[in-house]
This record gives sequence, structure tokens and C-alpha cells, in this order.
Amino acid sequence: MIPDIAFYVFAGILLASACMVITARNPVHSVLFLILAFINAAALFVLAGAEFLAMVLVVVYVGAVAVLFLFVVMMLDVDFAALREGFQRYAPLGLTIGFILMVEIGLTAIDWKIAPGARLAGLAPMPADISNTTALGDLIYTSYMFVFELTALLLLVAMVGAIVLTHNDRHGPRRQNIHIQHDRRIDETLTMVTMKLGEGSHQITPHAVPDREIAQR
Amino acid sequence: MMNVGLAHYLVVAGLLLVIGIFGIFLNRKNVIVIMMSIELILLAANLNFVAFSAALHDMVGQVFVMFVLAVAAAEAAIGLAIVVVYFRNRDSIEVEDVTLMKG
Repeated sequence: MIPDIAFYVFAGILLASACMVITARNPVHSVLFLILAFINAAALFVLAGAEFLAMVLVVVYVGAVAVLFLFVVMMLDVDFAALREGFQRYAPLGLTIGFILMVEIGLTAIDWKIAPGARLAGLAPMPADISNTTALGDLIYTSYMFVFELTALLLLVAMVGAIVLTHNDRHGPRRQNIHIQHDRRIDETLTMVTMKLGEGSHQITPHAVPDREIAQR
Repeated sequence: MMNVGLAHYLVVAGLLLVIGIFGIFLNRKNVIVIMMSIELILLAANLNFVAFSAALHDMVGQVFVMFVLAVAAAEAAIGLAIVVVYFRNRDSIEVEDVTLMKG
């Protein structure tokens, strides 16, 4: 009874916050509702018996992906109000296509049943005596080892790609360039000034050539 | 009240998928919200995997949820990196401005 009520509550909040994600006026609110949606989806995972994946969802999505979205939304100085132009114009088309899709999904759902042999054809029956995390670990480190490592490689490539894309070394540390130092000549850096008596030294700053111009030669 | 079973999870996942696709149509100019909609769609797929895994008592569904999660995380990271680079170069993230390949 209580798990049923919990399911309805979590599913309701999940769908409501998903609606808010796509309709919120402020993208920061969108991201926050996305976080709420993920937390509720994690609760649904727990109700379905997938505890490890629920925790992964919270850690990876709420902790990393949603925060990444939040960073990008806050970092980009975009006029988000202008991006909402045509919101009403596209809504009827979207509603139509969404409705058609929902009807199609409903039509497939009206009359289906799981094939009688499906349970027996399962690749890895859920063990009864060990926890969900142990069972998952047993599986990914044995039968699905290759795919698991491929996933790790995918994440590595994604990480390298993101760094390569966004890294800019405009203002790196100033390094010593011996070649430029050796190329300096005296007449570029030193100006001889004849001082007059009693006039101070406030106007004798030599118009030396900056290092940058020397580097361009 | 009906007992919660596979069908309930499938209904929730189906609605989530429809909401995600509706979001893509609704925010046609804002790349970031489109990417959030894609995340919702992938979440619907994950919910289906977990529901069937629980209904059929088969662990493989949950293994595949992990792979979907990894792909979704990689997609979000690369997509947001592209958005940042694009904004740095063009001062805009409107989808309709992305016409450089047209020449």
C-alpha cells in the first residue's frame, strides 16, 4: 500500500517537474526542475528494486550533469527572453506531434502481453540471495566486461573532447624566450638622453620597443 | 487502488518521453533546453529498462541503464562544450543562427 502511494507521489512530481523543465521562463529554473525530476526518477528506481542505479542517477546526474548545465546556463550571457520568441507559435505543432506520439504509444499498450518464454530467456536472472549492487557488479565485471571498458573509453574520449573544445590558452604563464632575448639590440631598448642641469628626470622615459614587437620580427 | 506494476512504470516513461519531445518543439531556439529535453527522453528510456528488468527479474536491463547513463553524460558534456565554444565565437546560441555550413 505505502509503496503504491509513494509511486504515485514520485511519478506525479516527476512528470510535473518535467513539464516545468520545458516551460520554465528562466533556464536556471529549468535546470533546478531537471534536478528535481532526476531525484524523483531515482526514487522510482528504488521502488523498482534498482538501488545502485538510483544512487548512480543521483551522483552522476544531480551531482555532475545538472551542475554542468547550471554552470553553462550561468556562464553564457544570453538574453534568454529573446530565445523564447515563437514559444506560442511552435506550441500547436508540438502538441499535435506529442499527441500523435502518445496515441501511438497508447495503441501499442492496449493489447500487449509478455511472451510466455520471455522470463526463461533472460540472460542473467536476478539472484535472490545477494544485493542489487553485488549482482550488478558480478555482471558488469564478467559478462559485460568488454562493453563496460568501452564505456570507460567513451567517457575518456568525451572528457578529452570537451577539454580540447573549451580550453583556451590566451593568457598562459609568461615563459622565458631565450631566442627573443638574444635578438634584442641595444638601439631598440636603450635611448641615450642628454640631461640638462636642474630639470629633473621626469621626461626621459625612453621610447623603448616593447617585447611584443620584437617577437613579431 | 491498483497495485503498481510494469504498466504503471511504462505509462510514466511514455509520458516522460512525450514531454521531452514536446520540449524540443516548444524551445526550438534554445539549445540548452533542447539538451535538457534530450536528457528527459533518455531518462524515460532508463525508466523503461529498469521497469522491464524488475518485471522480468533480469539484471541485464540494469546493466544497460548504466551504459545509457554513460552515453548521456558524455553527450551532455560534449554538447555543452560545443555550445560554449559556439557562444564564444558568435555571441549567440540561437539554433537558427547556426548556418555556418551553408557557406
